[in-house]
Amino acid sequence: MNVQVMWDSLPQYAAGAVTTLQLLVLALAIGLAAALPLAVLRSLPSAWAWRPVWGFTYVIRGTPLLVQLFLLYYGLAQFEVVRASALWPLLKSAWFCAVAAFAINTCAYTTEILHGAIKAVPAGEVEAARALGMGRWQALRRIVLPSALRRCLPAYSNEVVLMLHGTALASVVTLHDLTGVAREVNSVHYLPFEAFITAALCYLLITVVLVGAFQLAERRWLRPFLPRA
Amino acid sequence: MLHGYALSLLEGAALTLSVAFLSLGIALALGLAGAVAKLSRSRIAQGVALAYTTVIRAVPDLVLMLLVFYGGQMAINSLGERLGWAYIDIDPWIAGVLTIGFIFGAYFTEVLRGAFLAVPAGQKEAAIACGFTPGQVLWRIVGPQMLRHALPGLSNNWLVMIKATAIVSVIGLSDLMNRAAQAAGSTREPFLFYGAAALLYLAFTTLSELGFAWLSNRLAIGTKKASL
Repeated sequence: MNVQVMWDSLPQYAAGAVTTLQLLVLALAIGLAAALPLAVLRSLPSAWAWRPVWGFTYVIRGTPLLVQLFLLYYGLAQFEVVRASALWPLLKSAWFCAVAAFAINTCAYTTEILHGAIKAVPAGEVEAARALGMGRWQALRRIVLPSALRRCLPAYSNEVVLMLHGTALASVVTLHDLTGVAREVNSVHYLPFEAFITAALCYLLITVVLVGAFQLAERRWLRPFLPRA
Repeated sequence: MLHGYALSLLEGAALTLSVAFLSLGIALALGLAGAVAKLSRSRIAQGVALAYTTVIRAVPDLVLMLLVFYGGQMAINSLGERLGWAYIDIDPWIAGVLTIGFIFGAYFTEVLRGAFLAVPAGQKEAAIACGFTPGQVLWRIVGPQMLRHALPGLSNNWLVMIKATAIVSVIGLSDLMNRAAQAAGSTREPFLFYGAAALLYLAFTTLSELGFAWLSNRLAIGTKKASL
């Protein structure tokens, strides 16, 4: 182990970690914001509402994230219309495409997680809300969603960790995230163990912090659903 | 329609499937060993299995793959230098299969451990009381019942695994993704070829889900279904 090289390249790894976290936070925020209305549509009884959403999540969950990233970053450039459009400066940037691909991907998984949580809300709670005179929208906002958002915490924490691992693919489209930095350190010094183990330790640290944060969140918001001690 | 690249894509798809199935075998073996270790009384075995599942599940698969591919290359050649071997190039196919198998072994460990715990202890005790040997207990009594509980987890992980094989293209294996990239480069129609690759992956996952639905029906023979 060449500890000196690991120590000297720590600033680069710190910069890579910042990129990784930026990608992660942006993708999760956009994905969650879009997943909320989609999950509600997915849970409606009308087939016109849930079928298109189900189709979207089915296709996204059935294909690798790498393919989705390549379709956005390389694929869209095939069309003259896209290259001539006002969005082209955004779509040709690897950073934008990575955020978009990750956001779409996590949106599909989060939609299914939220849909499961909405389905798990006891029918009696919804009936009680309606019996008290709440409208559908009111019951959704006051009864169903608060309960579903708590219930989905354990599954969502898994999705967050998986998304963190997914951001490593950003290095394949030239971004300098944690994995990208590790690949560069490896190609400059030819020290694969040092380069990738440093990156692995950074990911381990981020994962531990994320899991810990979700445990705190569960202790705060999941308590009503747990058996009383 | 695919400018004559259809066959090349299918060859790549076959390679992707070969990576997926072989790593499935490795992952199942490692998962079984890990589950047995986690449930054993030995503190050392428990500790090793815990470290394995914790570290592997906390690090992205791409980083582990690059570590095995570049690191393994270096380790083997520094060993070979001492033993006087010629320079060895690690085959990306072997690196890919080993890494994916090693990674998903950690996920299968958790699935199989949960499934073992779901089989009532009385089943095992009754089998021992009837004179079954430990091997027979595992093969004839606990194993078939455990499989039923393990199936949903196994099917989830298999779907994740098929999709994870796409990253072997990063270490230069000419799998489905790699073939699509080659075709995209020479025809300048990336959307078409990555779209075709996406459809092939979607076909694999759809077929797997159908297969698992059939299997789960079969394994559920003799169980009672309760409905609310």
